[in-house]
Parts: sequence; C-alpha cells; structure tokens
Amino acid sequence: MAITRADIEKVSLLARLQLTDAEVETLTSELGQIVAYVDQLSEVDTEGVAPMAHAVEVNNVFASDEVKASLPREQALANAPSHNERGYLVPPVLGG
Amino acid sequence: MSLVEHSACELLELLAKGDATSVEITRAYLDRIEAHDKQIGAFLHVDADAALKQAAEVDRRRQAGEALGKLAGMPVAVKDLLCDRDAPTTCASQMLKAFRPPYDSTVVAKLKAADAVLIGRTNMDEFAMGGSTENSSFQLTRNPWDHDRVPGGSSGGAAACVAADMAPLSVGTDTGGSIRQPAGLCGVVGLKPTYGRVSRFGLVAFASSLDQVGPLARSTKDAALLLEVLAGHDPQDATSLDTEVPQYSTSIDRPLEGLRLGVVREHFAEGLDGEVETAVRDAIGVYQSLGATVKEISLPHSKYAVATYYVIAPSEASSNLARFDGVHYGHRTDRAALLEELAAERKQLEAAGDQAAIDALDSSLVRMYRKSRAEGFGSEVKRRIMLGAYALSAGYYDAYYLKALKVRRLIRQDFDAAFEEVDLIAGPVTAQPAFKIGEMADDPLAMYLVDLYTVSANLAGLPGISVPCGISSTGLPIGLQLQARPLAEETLLRGAHMFEQATDWSNGRPPAQKKLRLPANHANKRE
Repeated sequence: MAITRADIEKVSLLARLQLTDAEVETLTSELGQIVAYVDQLSEVDTEGVAPMAHAVEVNNVFASDEVKASLPREQALANAPSHNERGYLVPPVLGG
Repeated sequence: MSLVEHSACELLELLAKGDATSVEITRAYLDRIEAHDKQIGAFLHVDADAALKQAAEVDRRRQAGEALGKLAGMPVAVKDLLCDRDAPTTCASQMLKAFRPPYDSTVVAKLKAADAVLIGRTNMDEFAMGGSTENSSFQLTRNPWDHDRVPGGSSGGAAACVAADMAPLSVGTDTGGSIRQPAGLCGVVGLKPTYGRVSRFGLVAFASSLDQVGPLARSTKDAALLLEVLAGHDPQDATSLDTEVPQYSTSIDRPLEGLRLGVVREHFAEGLDGEVETAVRDAIGVYQSLGATVKEISLPHSKYAVATYYVIAPSEASSNLARFDGVHYGHRTDRAALLEELAAERKQLEAAGDQAAIDALDSSLVRMYRKSRAEGFGSEVKRRIMLGAYALSAGYYDAYYLKALKVRRLIRQDFDAAFEEVDLIAGPVTAQPAFKIGEMADDPLAMYLVDLYTVSANLAGLPGISVPCGISSTGLPIGLQLQARPLAEETLLRGAHMFEQATDWSNGRPPAQKKLRLPANHANKRE
C-alpha cells in the first residue's frame, strides 16, 4: 500500500514528532520503500500459526508482594529538565 | 611484550601471580586510548582518574589478601546504553546528552561486583539503531583495519576498542546483529547470548523482545570469561531465565566430540561476496578436518527474517522510545520559543479564518513533546519510530505487526527442526567485509539488508557468535557466524574455540596482514 504525505503527517502526531516539510517528503518516500519491502510477509501462509511475542516464552513470573524502598524523589527528579521540589513541571495543558 | 597485547585470561594470571598490578594494566590501556582513540573514536567517555582509582583499590585489596571478584583489576569497556550511576549514559543521542542514571544496570552492577575496572563508555549508533555507528550523534568510529571504513554497529565502539587494543574486554548489545556484525567487521570475537540469559535491567531499551547483552573480546576464552560474569537470573528482569550458568571459561578447552555442523543452503545465495563465501567454506572445511560431520540444512523462512525484523523492532522501538517526552529526563525544547511559535501559528490561522486548523492545533504540552523529540532524536531514530508507529496504527496492526509475529514463530520452528539434526549452524556474519564510511548513508533499506544473516538469531532467541575466519584481498577481516540451540552457549563457545585453536585468524597473526596498510597500533601488535 502506497504511503502518502497525509499518512506521514498523521503518524507524526501519533509518534509525537514534529517534522519539517523536507522530513515529511523524505519519510514519505523512504517509509514507502521499506513498507513495500516488508509487504512480502503477506505471501507467507500463517494460517493457524500463533503469534510469537517473545523468543523464549516465560509465563507467570511473580514478584513477592512486599514493600520495598523505591527511588527517592530527589533522585527521580534529578534528571528532569524542569521541576520543583515535589514534581515535574510542564507547559500549560489547558487553555494553552 | 606490552601489557595491552595479552589476553584477558593472561592478564588475570599476571595479576594473580603478582607479576603485574591493575594500576599498571589500566594505565597501559589508558595510554593506548590516549595515543589512538583520536583516530579511532571508539570511546565517548573515559574517566582516567576514576579508572585508576578503581584499579588502585583492587591492588590494595589484593595486597591485603581480601577475596576478589572474577575480573578483579581487569579493564572493561561498556557500551553507552547500560546505565552506570557513576558515568554518563547517553545512548549516543542528543536526547540523553546530560543524563546521569540514578541506578546501575544489572550488568554494570555485576561488573562492579566482579571488581572489573570500568575504563570507558563506547560509541554506538544512536539508541543502537544502525549497523555502522554512523548514526551516533556525537562522533564517527573508524574501523581500526582501515580508517575509511565503518567498524559496523551498533556496538561499533565496543568492537573497535578491542580490535585496536584499547580494552581487553568489552560489553555490547545485540538486537539484530549489533554485537556479531561489528565483531565480524573488526576481526574480534562477539557473542550474543540466548534471549533471557543476561539481564536487561538498566539497559536502555530499543526492542525489548530482541535486545540482549553480550561480550566482545579478542578470543573465545576471554569472551567466555566475560559471559560467565554477565549471565544469570535477575528478578528485576521478568524475561530473565532462571537457569544455571555453566563455567564457560573452564569447559571451553574441551572440543566437541561428534560435532554435527549445519550449513544453511539459503545462506549461499546471490549477494554473498565471493571472498566471504570462500572464507566461510574454508572454515567449514576446518571443522570437517577436525572430525565434524557437515550437513546441509534449509531454513525456508529465513528470507523473510529482515522483513519480519523491520516490523517488530521498529514497533517495539516506537513504543519504548515514547518515554523520551522531555518531562522526566532528557532534552526539552526551549519554553519561550515554543509558546511563541504556537501563538504565531494561531494568529496566522485566525487571520485566515481556518477554524478546523485552529481546532487541530497542538496544545502547548503536545507541541512540547513533539519539538523536544524532534530536536533530541537523529534521523534514523525518527525513521524507526515513524515506521513502528505506522505498523502499529489502526488498520495496519494485523497486516504488519501481528503478521510479523506469526512469521517469527515460523522462523523459530525452522531452527527447532534444524537443531534436531545438527548441533551448530555455521555461516557468514555479513555478506561483505566492512563498507566505506558514507557508502550507505542515503539508502536506509540497503543498510537494513546488511542484517540478513544476523537478525534470525534475535527473532528466534538463539545464541550466536562471530569469530574471525579470514582476511579479504582488501585487507579486511571476515567473520564466521555460529549459532546454537537456546541456552547452548557452552556448545557455541566450545565449537568456536575448536576453530580458533585450529587456525590463525583469531590470534591476529595471519601472514597476509603484514603487507597491509594498517594503523600503527596493529602494526605494533603483530610484531
């Protein structure tokens, strides 16, 4: 299926990426080529084949239910680009 | 013989006997880095004082007769995507340029517990996405065998530093070939363990169902030793396997009796370089002369491996990299410029009376995410996020992601059937030796196809190793890839060691090499 500029613009919002016009142009063509290549998967008969999400399937891994220390707030905030002593700061979510 | 010419196992003996100190060894490697890394560019970060301090502490404890870890005093380089609370962890990305992890990855914690000296952080393709290390947003890494060529990737710095004797041991990660391919292109040993063999806790995720940490070294025995330290169950990684870790470095000397070696018909198809084919076939001949039975096998779905991989890996990447939102850590765009840009767009749309576009305008928070990510990520990372988001988006999920997961099972079933008949599979690592810097920069699809022989092991979760098996007429190393059943790293290492013992390729003394135009470090090493 051919990829259009509109597809790229839509996906760039889903992916939370701001693209320049030139990037939209290049990605339309590059993703088009890559998707055309991966389209060969459609020729494989996968009737009745269960999807394999992990190479080594491990089921029911439980952690013991106990209270443990977590990352101290100060350390969790240390790498944040903008924060106060309690939490992360972001631009206005409403009315912005 | 200079200290940097010894294998890690030899160095450990020297340390144990008191014939060398960790400070001497660490200093020898730091001098090497100082002298050569300006040309090679393998390291992103070296803290010489901190390394020497660790070394001095190990020496002091040794003097005091204290119990020491398995790698006590041994320099080890670490790929710059394994969290270390004492070092930057950038993933070679502008996004994490200033990031300092608040905790250690399990792998780094194990190295510290083994008393290794962490000598530096190695360069890589940004977020491990690439096969040439050209996607690093900080610097190029050059192949020590030919400075105009790439070292491979994404663990390019990890392989180049070992090839250029700037570290005896190095830790990389392999999602689609990122340990084996650079090892092959740089003429060193690189092993990708079974998925789940080594903990991924604290490894900055690219594709979580494929990522695996593994060793790079100059010999199979050194790789075995490092794997012994890295491997093991970790409750902090739910996909880590609760299975005993064999003493790989002890068992490696025992050759495999009655080895059945599989040769994959589909590996020797169009596109395989003639010299690579000859070197690999010669290697198979070596096994025959050692008594192995060679059997031709077929992996009928292997031709779909790259397509399967380039749906699954970008899908997982687009999801994993959603965490880089400019809020919790990482790069954030300038606030004033952001608000100004949005106000100007709104004004323009209002003047045009375009209500639909005004309604669709990003909120300031969404625009903050989008601009921060646009500024923080390089073009290959954006391409893969876009590809993955496309493959996972409504209407395409069944056709791409779900379909790829089904083909993945068929690929695994091919291997399961093959391993009923053979113990190891031998073949090429890459179709060609190292390519020139910039050669593939404008053709992402061609670059993806470089992964042809390596991605299957990740999709199927199998262990694989690359060992040197030849030199091209252009003077470049050629790698042999061996693959084994899940958790059969011991068989893999013993099989690789047999070949290494029977040939000259791994100890770096092929006769042809003396005639080559090699960097000074290599010329020195071989004398």
